[in-house]
Amino acid sequence: MSATSAGRMAMYHKRRRVNIVALSLSMAAMSLGLIWLIWILFETITQGIGGLNWATFTQMTPPPNSDEGGLANAIFGSALMVMLATLIGTPIGVLSGVYLAEYGQKTWLGNSVRFINDILLSAPSIVIGLFVYTVIVLRFRGFSGWAGVVALALIVIPVVIRTTENMLNLVPNALREAAYALGTPKWKVILTVTLKAARAGVLTGVLLALARVSGETAPLLLTAFNNRFWSTDLTGPMANLPKVIFEFAMSPYQNWQKLAWAAVFIITIGVLVLNIVARVMFKNKH
Amino acid sequence: MAAILPANTIDRQRGDERAHPQGRPPARRRVAPWADTVFSMLAHGAAWLTLALLAGIILSLIIGATPAIKQFGLGFLVSTDWDPVQEKFGGLVMIYGTLVTSFLALVIAVPVSFGIALFLTELAPGWLRRPLGIAIELLAAVPSIVYGMWGLFVFGPLLATYVQQPLQSLLLGVPVLGALVSGPPVGLGILSAGIILAIMIIPFIASVMRDVFEVTPALLKESAYGLGSTTWEVVWKVVLPYTKTGVIGGIMLGLGRALGETMAVTFVIGNMNQLNSLSLFEAANTITSVLANEFGESGPGSLHQASLLYLALVLFFITFVVLAFSKVLLNKLKKNEGTRT
Repeated sequence: MSATSAGRMAMYHKRRRVNIVALSLSMAAMSLGLIWLIWILFETITQGIGGLNWATFTQMTPPPNSDEGGLANAIFGSALMVMLATLIGTPIGVLSGVYLAEYGQKTWLGNSVRFINDILLSAPSIVIGLFVYTVIVLRFRGFSGWAGVVALALIVIPVVIRTTENMLNLVPNALREAAYALGTPKWKVILTVTLKAARAGVLTGVLLALARVSGETAPLLLTAFNNRFWSTDLTGPMANLPKVIFEFAMSPYQNWQKLAWAAVFIITIGVLVLNIVARVMFKNKH
Repeated sequence: MAAILPANTIDRQRGDERAHPQGRPPARRRVAPWADTVFSMLAHGAAWLTLALLAGIILSLIIGATPAIKQFGLGFLVSTDWDPVQEKFGGLVMIYGTLVTSFLALVIAVPVSFGIALFLTELAPGWLRRPLGIAIELLAAVPSIVYGMWGLFVFGPLLATYVQQPLQSLLLGVPVLGALVSGPPVGLGILSAGIILAIMIIPFIASVMRDVFEVTPALLKESAYGLGSTTWEVVWKVVLPYTKTGVIGGIMLGLGRALGETMAVTFVIGNMNQLNSLSLFEAANTITSVLANEFGESGPGSLHQASLLYLALVLFFITFVVLAFSKVLLNKLKKNEGTRT
């Protein structure tokens, strides 16, 4: 009798020890995740601030080993291409999302699009770059800003489709039924009732897509390439922050590496701010 | 949803009152009768565009890779040649690099993500869950090129000084283990790439795991707690078996990301076409890094470019299979992932 109870106690203590070890490991894992985030942010900020000054925003990317130079052309190129890509990708993404939620909920096409879209969402972005390269860059015989815009737009679309569909599915059916009962045509129900009800969520998706493409590098390597000079011509190669970071960071030149850190700082802060704004906005509306 | 649904009477009355408080019926007016057709066509067109995009990607890769496929056939996959001057190409080195770095990333990321998900669902107090969850999601939002810079300038040197050099001096002359840690102590190579990839995919795996853990019915967990289970036993023996398809789906999603990740890997892998040593610290190449480095230099229409496209096709095929598998598993759990991308 006492032997079994001693055995039980031993068993009990063993289970408690296992539990404590497992839970401590879980906390360690959590802190590991946080430490990485903080460490990366810390390095980005300390190294990035050092490279930032007024010239960063006013001067062009410099030749190696010079004292001056900035990122003006790259910042402009990145901003322009990201904006245009979002402007092109958003309507297509929203329309596809509308199709999935309002027209093709359970159809063959709807299910295939939903499946394919989820794969495109995680597909390697460099493959998108290769696709645009073979379709646009080869055809027009040269890297161009437009090719970069198309590549980024193709990355925006799946993100917007996914969020639009999810947000439209959250709109209660009673709203749609009420609108139909008033004799409203379907397009008007979608535009003025369901999309309007889901607009905070859809906008969140657009912001998240914007944040995602701001940091995309791989597709731009193969499409927009780079440009040492100020250029507003989208039919020619165009400077952009990610490509400049890639080129400058891999170089042995001090001034280039410093500018690369400054560029990393600008991109990281921009992307994180966009993400936080998107979340706060979504939380306020829901 | 497709058909016009019968509205219930109360709704109709309410709607009427709101629209026309005086109770007068509106003048019948049909606004743009073609608008419905046009809008429906636009939505359908946009949906078809997504399908066309996938088809376009696959077709363009196949067409671009055709010369290399004709020249090397399936032998491409097992050949280690990569000589742009003599126009001999084989993809084994890069395929090996891609698979090994992704595998290492999974080995590190899966237990850590599991720990994070466990913490977020069972341990963290309510007020801490949301901020911590957001912090982990922000880790996913950091662009990959930032991870690359950080890995190259901050993490790599630390890894070389504090891990690689001690290991090398410790294992010097030991037959198998010594070979595993050989190589120039610069902190670039397969292990660095695996670790950086792990950091990048942890947020994806952890947030899927957290979401699927949350679907476990509270009743199941409470019954287990009621029988005297510890927290660990509840998670390991109740929650995990209940959600295993979803967990595997999340891991596959992370694997898909790791396989296709480009910039961070290109920064830290060392970019060298070699398969002479199995050392974890030796510089190597992955499919994505060789694409990022060499595609710009390869002449349009050359065999070099065709071989690179062949590699891209292989990569797309692998990620497609992995992601499709992940999607099927996650669908089984019917869990809506919300706004997460």
